[in-house]
Amino acid sequence: MFRYILRRLLQMVLAFFGTTLIVYALTFAGQGDPIQALAGERPVTPAQRAYLTEKYNLDQTGVGGFFYRYFDYVKDLLQGNLGESLTGRSIGDILQQAWPVTVRLALIALAVAIIFGVTAGVLAGIRRASIFDNSTLVLTLLVLGIPTIVLAPLAQYFLGVKWQLFPPTAGSDPTFYALLLPGIVLGSLSLATALRLTRASVAENLRADYVRTARSKGLVKRRIVVVHVLRNSLIPVVTFLGVELGNLMSGAIITEGVFNIPGVGFNLFRGIRTEDGPLVVGIVSVLVVVYLVSNLVVDVLYAVLDPRIRYE
Amino acid sequence: MTVNPTPASATPEGGHLLELRDLHVEFRTNEGVARVINGVSYHLDAGETLAVLGESGSGKSVTAQAIMGILDTPPAFVRSGQILYKGEDLLTRSEEQRRQVRGKEIAMIFQDALSALNPVFPVGWQIGETLRQRAGMSRADARRRAVELMDLVKIPGAAKRIGDYPHQFSGGMRQRVMIAMALALDPKVLIADEPTTALDVTVQAQIMDLLADLRRELNMAMILITHDLGVVAGVADRIAVMYAGRIVEHADVRSLYKAPAHPYTKGLLESIPRLDVRGQELSTIKGLPPNLMRIPSGCPFHPRCPYVQQVCVDEVPHDLVLGDGRTSACHFAQEVRDDSVAR
Repeated sequence: MFRYILRRLLQMVLAFFGTTLIVYALTFAGQGDPIQALAGERPVTPAQRAYLTEKYNLDQTGVGGFFYRYFDYVKDLLQGNLGESLTGRSIGDILQQAWPVTVRLALIALAVAIIFGVTAGVLAGIRRASIFDNSTLVLTLLVLGIPTIVLAPLAQYFLGVKWQLFPPTAGSDPTFYALLLPGIVLGSLSLATALRLTRASVAENLRADYVRTARSKGLVKRRIVVVHVLRNSLIPVVTFLGVELGNLMSGAIITEGVFNIPGVGFNLFRGIRTEDGPLVVGIVSVLVVVYLVSNLVVDVLYAVLDPRIRYE
Repeated sequence: MTVNPTPASATPEGGHLLELRDLHVEFRTNEGVARVINGVSYHLDAGETLAVLGESGSGKSVTAQAIMGILDTPPAFVRSGQILYKGEDLLTRSEEQRRQVRGKEIAMIFQDALSALNPVFPVGWQIGETLRQRAGMSRADARRRAVELMDLVKIPGAAKRIGDYPHQFSGGMRQRVMIAMALALDPKVLIADEPTTALDVTVQAQIMDLLADLRRELNMAMILITHDLGVVAGVADRIAVMYAGRIVEHADVRSLYKAPAHPYTKGLLESIPRLDVRGQELSTIKGLPPNLMRIPSGCPFHPRCPYVQQVCVDEVPHDLVLGDGRTSACHFAQEVRDDSVAR
């Protein structure tokens, strides 16, 4: 197991450099005139142009120049310096403010998925083909079928504006209550998937041979379900939720955008919209790390949950 | 002449340890009703071994699961009949009372120990669970007893292997774990449902020997379910042969092997490869087992039977008593037996 984790960490280093390189290339290599892009519509004076060329090493041209700037960027990155956005703010500071908001939103979404999705999934799996099972099937298909870009504004309009049950937008320093509705919207998709997955897993395990064995041991039904069936059924569900947490941590562009939540996704979207190359690359680099680490954690967790899985 | 082998007037006192009377089980599916068990009657006395023999789909496992009360309902429903254990009909008992019987009075081991054991718990934990949950043992006591049980079924290094998971054992050792688990509460009856089918031939023999030894040592009664005639000979006292959810022949091992009195049993015995008649083509029973949703009229074996006559198509044969407690559900049982002797 130790060797496996070590090997995975080494692979992560490669994956990290590979993805940052691609993102860096996609963001900057395609730009015609980065200085004009920076200035937007305004004219650029020769003095400004000279200063910026010097600052961003733009005198180095061609592929060599690109790698020169990339390695320069990576050098800073490895020292923990994410650089500055085009607006002059430190990207590290931006993330420091945005991340806690996104993490809180992610945890609310995950809690919603676990509390409602897994519980309802277990019940639906036990009572297969019941009214409860069929109604959850319809509801989850509905949720899975509606994209967030439709669901979020609908929830905002009805629950936030019309009936005023929740604050319609979150604002700069959102409270738990303000994040609750966006959290539910964000979590509804994970909820639906977690429910389907749990239901299928429980239904399958209830038919397993070891359940017959447990019954022939004369165990009470409750124990068979809670100890034997659930322990096996939740292995794929926990794995899914782990991956999902990694996804949620990297921010939700649409949900954060609709509810005006100053999280990671919100800032990333702003960076893309304003063609703020350094901001986009900075955020994505950190997201890559978050995603790689969360995936490793999930794989290790999988081996802990299922003794048949052994990593060499 | 038609006589029921187990007269309905048998008294509980003088009766058998376990007795099935005219059991009917059907599976209700979307495609229709499959009559899986059609009037099975057999009995088991303390300390004896009864082999239940038959092809897959003949209903032998379903009968066992009906005794245990672990049929999946739906689709399986016990339509009628009695399952008497120590004279009391288990089918009239509440689910809670039946649960008390499982494991403690009647225990069961299954064909494929890998899937029959829970993959995510150590074997010691699974053996101990029965003791903790059913006998109220403490965690430490259950663990100690689990090691003893693993020793009893001759798992080498039991104390060291108690924390291992099922997938870490070989097939034979896994089946031993199953047996240890079934023996945890000292059951009076052990039902072994094809315990060696998933194993290598050499390991099969070891497991059968172990079961026979344990049955003797612990003075249990055993129902051995199998489709393998070779497995039966050395272990069983009596044999009940099942076909299409019925017992077609019932005899002690010696007389059945010597002279089968049902064409189906005869066919089964003749389809065993023999060393002394090399070079001949192996005889088989022609045709396939019946579809249980459309069981043939009369004798269900008649489409495959070499002795078939018009009466076989028209009339369901009753159990014909042949003496020595032998019965055969064949219109021509006498002829078949005499044929077999002459051979």
